[in-house]
Amino acid sequence: MNWQEHLPALLLAVPLFGAFIAPLTVLGGKGLRNAWFLFVSLVFTVVAFLLWARVGAAGPIIYVMGGQGWNFALPSGMSIPVRILMEVDAFSAFMVLLSAVAAFAGALFSINYMERFSGVEKFVSLYFLMIAGMFGMEITGDFFNFFVFLEISSVASFGLVAFWRDRGEALEAAFKYMLVSTLGAMMVLVAVAFLYSRYNVVNMAALGKVIEWGMVEKTALVLFLTALAMKCGAVPMHMWMPDAYAEAPAGVTCALIAVSQASLYGLFRVCFTIYGTFMGSPIIPWVIIVLGVLSMFIGVSMAVIQKEVGRLIAYHSVSQVGYMLLGFGVGLLALGDARAMADYGFTALKGGVFHIVNYTMYKGLLFLAAGALYYATGSRNLNDMGGLGRQLPKTMVLFMIAAAAIAGLPPFNGFVSKLLIYESSFAVHPILAVFAMVTSVLTLASFVKIFQTAFLGPELKKFKAVREVPGSMLAGMTVLAVAILVLSLFPTWSLNHLVEPAAKALVDQASYIGAVFATAATGGGL
Amino acid sequence: MIGNFPYLVVGILFVMGFVGLVFEKNLMKIAIAMSVVEAATNLFIITLGYRSGGSIPVWTMAGGGSSRMVLPTPQALTLTAIVIGLATTALMLSFVMMIYRHYGSLDVRDVRRLRG
Amino acid sequence: MNPLSVVARTVCNLFAWFLAVFGIYVIIHGHLTPGGGFQGGAVVATFMAFLLVAHGGKKMQSWVKKDIFTLMECGGLTLFISAGLLGMSNTFFYNFLAKAGGLFGSAVPIGPNPGALNTSGTIALMNLSVGLEVVGGLSMILLYMFSGAHPEESLGREEAGHDR
Repeated sequence: MNWQEHLPALLLAVPLFGAFIAPLTVLGGKGLRNAWFLFVSLVFTVVAFLLWARVGAAGPIIYVMGGQGWNFALPSGMSIPVRILMEVDAFSAFMVLLSAVAAFAGALFSINYMERFSGVEKFVSLYFLMIAGMFGMEITGDFFNFFVFLEISSVASFGLVAFWRDRGEALEAAFKYMLVSTLGAMMVLVAVAFLYSRYNVVNMAALGKVIEWGMVEKTALVLFLTALAMKCGAVPMHMWMPDAYAEAPAGVTCALIAVSQASLYGLFRVCFTIYGTFMGSPIIPWVIIVLGVLSMFIGVSMAVIQKEVGRLIAYHSVSQVGYMLLGFGVGLLALGDARAMADYGFTALKGGVFHIVNYTMYKGLLFLAAGALYYATGSRNLNDMGGLGRQLPKTMVLFMIAAAAIAGLPPFNGFVSKLLIYESSFAVHPILAVFAMVTSVLTLASFVKIFQTAFLGPELKKFKAVREVPGSMLAGMTVLAVAILVLSLFPTWSLNHLVEPAAKALVDQASYIGAVFATAATGGGL
Repeated sequence: MIGNFPYLVVGILFVMGFVGLVFEKNLMKIAIAMSVVEAATNLFIITLGYRSGGSIPVWTMAGGGSSRMVLPTPQALTLTAIVIGLATTALMLSFVMMIYRHYGSLDVRDVRRLRG
Repeated sequence: MNPLSVVARTVCNLFAWFLAVFGIYVIIHGHLTPGGGFQGGAVVATFMAFLLVAHGGKKMQSWVKKDIFTLMECGGLTLFISAGLLGMSNTFFYNFLAKAGGLFGSAVPIGPNPGALNTSGTIALMNLSVGLEVVGGLSMILLYMFSGAHPEESLGREEAGHDR
């Protein structure tokens, strides 16, 4: 079918088109703006689903922007891909799917959450630009294109974090986030320039084919690791995360989580597919493992003492990113050794990949629930809240689902991914598993604290007039809760159909490179 | 050795911008330091494309293609990076202006409210 | 902001139009000479800045409103993405106008020549749309920063209020 081939391009074109038309919807009033917001979110979610289904059926697909044919990567007589390509393999499609669900939930939530503001048509435009940048980061096959989309989504998110411009704290958080993020992006650009100067290609598959290990590549890898770990919130560079996540409007934070996961995707695309098995010494995997353990521990320790709901949940974000870094680091450690891979490496990769989708779903739901609490009570401080379970029953149930999932309680999906990470990290060194389990216990403690303080307890007089939050906010939270329940009740299906193809695609460097270089003979005519 | 002089300048500029970013106390100076870092990166990419004795990368003006041309791709990459830097700088200056309107001071130590 | 002296204003009235013409020249000849959409758009935005600085905020407000720049920006961007989507019969952003004989569709003459304007297909269209967009965008940045620095002189529609 013709339109199925153009799905990667549609995935980028739809949010961009939505962003460009959004400032004009102010002419039609609030109804037109909300309808446009909902319509474009629905369309890109559907496109993401179709793309995931197609990649699952047909293997890695490439799309050449502006070329003769959609899969015509190498014009005749050339052996270097010179066009900008999109290359979607199973790991990219997996990331696109979960990002689309998180973005859809955030959009649904924001329709009612932002109604007290002016200038919301610009909010819609910035939101779609951030989503377009995020999708671009996840499906691109070209490093400089990755940098451009990284900057598009970052700059849009700076504006969104500062959207509550009446609060000075929001501006300060956005400024801090902006400095750290721009410095990181400049480091990514320098790393791309290093690799370009050596090999004269910026295409990911071509680089994976010709790269060798030397001083320049080491520098580029270190720059990539620092900058992309900074964008995800790994520990020495995590300072922006509590501020930015807590000060942004809640629907934006839900999408911002998915944007940070796209940077994590970029990091592992670089480590696994480009550098692959000749990383030389095991220093880089051990650095990733140590960063992961530090993030887990420092994140959760700082979280237990917080008083503001948003900041507490954001510090937990830092610790959950540590889990993912631990899982992927163990997988990277086992990459060259086939026996270690079969023993514990592949399990670690599956754990890390499953944790990405679990984390996005339950953390998004937690932030949306915290936003609902702020909308209902007008306060962010836990000391002021109490007994809200009577007035906000549906929010309480949704919050309970997310809190149980993050703490790793057995029926929920958090337990499955954490168990895979515990098993595999125990095989590397027992103390890593000990750190992970202690973090899990402390996570449970802090969520019991929030739940008990905000929802349980005697009813407070000042909250007598509080009613349940409006419909679209509940709808946004329900989307994520349904995703969590599907992942929890069908863990075998999720592992076999979602996670395993993604983990296999990450390890399989040859099929990634082969998808671009095998099309020399096929494709449209010249 | 003299051919490596632009790379030395890039390194010095990057370090100067980074030091300014970390140690300055005035918000406007932090924004200026960020611009210096971006300028260093753009200079790095442009310098990578240089071929000594090369002419501008226009086929018809390069003496029939027999003499060398400088690489055009890094120039395109740098243009994109400059535009991105412009957007970032505009947003950064807007934030500085709004922080000043809120707190009345441009000193980082006075503006800090989010701690812990 | 007060307007500058009569000398500055007269020079602005005489020479600002050169900026505008030069900027439009750089935009239109983007596929032949160095420059293109962004660079030419930045020059035309400098023209707006020149007018703003020389004549002061009140005069500028009586000449332009901010809405026209929003319209230019969105119009330019929509034209850009439409130029990409129209080539969808082959791929996204395919250059379907080159060598096709219509608008911007002549073939490029080989050998040293002053450059033919009617060539290069969608590249020229995209230059024009990006130029339009950059003019709108940068001028809007200028006007918003001006009203941020001088909040007592509002330029255009005042924002209805933030968090209620």
